[in-house]
Amino acid sequence: MILPLVLIVAAALFCVGLYGALSQQVVVMVMMGLELMLNAVVLAAGALWLFLAPDVSGQVLVLVVLAVMTLEMAMGFAVAVLVHRTRGSDMTDQLTDLAEDPAR
Amino acid sequence: MNVVVFIIVFLVLALVAVVSGALVFVIDSMARATYALAISFVAVGGALVLFGLTYPGVITILMMIMEMAIMAVFMIMFMGMNPALIPMSMVHGQRPALVASAGLFVLLVVGILLAPWPQHPHAAPARARQLGQALMGDKMLVMMTISPVMFATIVAGVVLASHRTRYDRFGDDLDRRVASDPQPGGVGR
Repeated sequence: MILPLVLIVAAALFCVGLYGALSQQVVVMVMMGLELMLNAVVLAAGALWLFLAPDVSGQVLVLVVLAVMTLEMAMGFAVAVLVHRTRGSDMTDQLTDLAEDPAR
Repeated sequence: MNVVVFIIVFLVLALVAVVSGALVFVIDSMARATYALAISFVAVGGALVLFGLTYPGVITILMMIMEMAIMAVFMIMFMGMNPALIPMSMVHGQRPALVASAGLFVLLVVGILLAPWPQHPHAAPARARQLGQALMGDKMLVMMTISPVMFATIVAGVVLASHRTRYDRFGDDLDRRVASDPQPGGVGR
């Protein structure tokens, strides 16, 4: 009863994050969507530790997901800084090619 | 803890987490959206503490509050002070995104409801000491894998965000003998 309830909440968080990651135009807002999806993974991992894995593995998984969130933020901001510097914008719609505009 | 109290507290935290998570993409101001996301993370951290995962829960709360504060700074930096605070909406492909996320939610809920899950949680409490000993013992490979990835992230972050690289200093083919720097340095050799 409790575990399915927690997992449904985690699924709701994951899907809200997916909606944001797919629909937002600003790079930082897309990152917020990804963070929300990882937030759901943390919640589900905590619940699965409580009900399925009484050893320390579940806690290690939560720590790994937190580390992944940090890495995602660091790389996301680095890419956002680079894009903002070269294109003067942080909109995903303008990132349709890898080459720099020679006119700039 | 009593099961009824557990469920009530979890439902409150879940409501806060999901509603503030949804507010991130509903709210007009982007700086405020960042703080809505921080509230969602704090609620999930609270749920972890409720599950007995005190140490990961507290880490989640502390780390995400700082992370969202940094995110707000970046948001205001990229968007300018006014666009980050005034109402605005920048979305594309809203309908396909809505269909995809709603479809996935239905799929996940059906899977969750059909799977046989254990009814009762185990009673073993999580101890930070136990986690630390595992990371320094049986689970050391996990940390040994994360460490080089984190180091690579630091290097990649600096390379991506640096203003002037070796291509700016030595040309596209790296064939310039003397670096082109705004302020010439060196000892004149």
